[in-house]
Amino acid sequence: MKITVDEPKCVAAGQCVLIAPEVFDQRDEDGMVVLLTEAPDADQHEAVREAALACPAAAIHVADS
Amino acid sequence: MNRIAVVGAAAGGLATAEALRRRGYQGVLTLVGDEAELPYDRPPLSKQILAGEWEPDRLALRGRADIDALDLDLRLGVGASGLDAAARTLLLADGTSLPYEALVVATGVRARCLPGAEGVGGVHTLRTLTDALALKTGLRMGQRLVIVGAGFLGAEVAAVARRLGADVTLLEAGPVPLAQAVGEETGRILAQVHREHGVRLHTDAKVATVLSADGEVTGVALADGRVLPADVVLVAIGSLPNTEWLADSGLALGDGLVCDQYSAAAPEVYGVGDVACWHNPLFDTAMRVEHRTNAGEQALAVAHNLLNPDARRPFAPVPYFWSDQYGAKIQAYGYLRDHDEARVLRSDLTERQFLVAYRRGDRLTGVLAMGQTPRALRAWRGLIASGATWDTALTDMAVTDPAAV
Repeated sequence: MKITVDEPKCVAAGQCVLIAPEVFDQRDEDGMVVLLTEAPDADQHEAVREAALACPAAAIHVADS
Repeated sequence: MNRIAVVGAAAGGLATAEALRRRGYQGVLTLVGDEAELPYDRPPLSKQILAGEWEPDRLALRGRADIDALDLDLRLGVGASGLDAAARTLLLADGTSLPYEALVVATGVRARCLPGAEGVGGVHTLRTLTDALALKTGLRMGQRLVIVGAGFLGAEVAAVARRLGADVTLLEAGPVPLAQAVGEETGRILAQVHREHGVRLHTDAKVATVLSADGEVTGVALADGRVLPADVVLVAIGSLPNTEWLADSGLALGDGLVCDQYSAAAPEVYGVGDVACWHNPLFDTAMRVEHRTNAGEQALAVAHNLLNPDARRPFAPVPYFWSDQYGAKIQAYGYLRDHDEARVLRSDLTERQFLVAYRRGDRLTGVLAMGQTPRALRAWRGLIASGATWDTALTDMAVTDPAAV
């Protein structure tokens, strides 16, 4: 799995952090998404896909590698 | 289950379709939408699109390849016109009738119009991409824009229009903008922000009529006799759920499609997004939420409930919305309406910071903020989600974030 985020689209809702806190974080200053790892372990894949679905800005893209 | 129809192809409908596939549904999946475009996102319409920062193709919620991978029976540019619930048949505006085993209603809302202003050149509403592009052409340096309705949509457009150099007048029918949605205290703070940015905000301003000459708008006349000259008018006075096509379906309609705590309107019929009025057990109240995040969350919940009829879960989210105005982001968690108290815990507009907590009975039910850290906001959200009492919440937050209380 490879994750990419379209940062200018991010709206700082933090949905990704609520769903997959080991993969996503938010910057303190403006809440923008911070990708902690582009290629998370397999046990995180389900949560990452949920986060991509729930993102209110469609800013998370997940590709299978 | 082998035949699911999702009506409405915006954020909620598309997310439902995606979530159904993600959860292993392999049957026929019809997605119907009355707009011709591939599913696109609406929040940027009043922000980046209006400001000219984004081209419309950036609004696409998913690329063509991702849509194709869902293997949809995709029907765009044709709305639903009726429903025979007993026969489980969906009727489309082009005369097609489609049998279904399960139905998801995600038809959203449309902008309310101002009676008498329809068809007048230069008078706009803002809900679709077409609307946004039409309004954008009128927002130029020095143009006089009058916005009827000082809700979040009107406020966002005011902020963009000021940045583009337009002369902006914002009309609010009540004494304080947004009072019903977020309380008078917060409304007064937001009103001050607009005034500081050169917006003329008129409160208690009831519109009598839109004035025009040769079919083009020239101004807005108020009930008290004042006339506000205008080159462009935006009508932003709320929205109406798109449920007319369900009028003869036997489904319960009120403020939208009436759903239970599982987001179900009837056996194998569910509502998703702006159109759905469901019972949120977390706040023990019926709510219809026009927030972008809710469309996604409800889609995930409905997909689960549809595919797991014996293990359904109540849909009990903490609603969340954001609004971008003058380069700052307003964020809110919870159910802000019907509160007993809205306490301003922090207010420093020069630092672009404020924080308001909402109480209903003895419970913390919401928080609205600008300029607070994500960590602090998530802590507030956690307290709302856990049903924390007001006293507990304020004590907890005083420990976590001493400046907040």
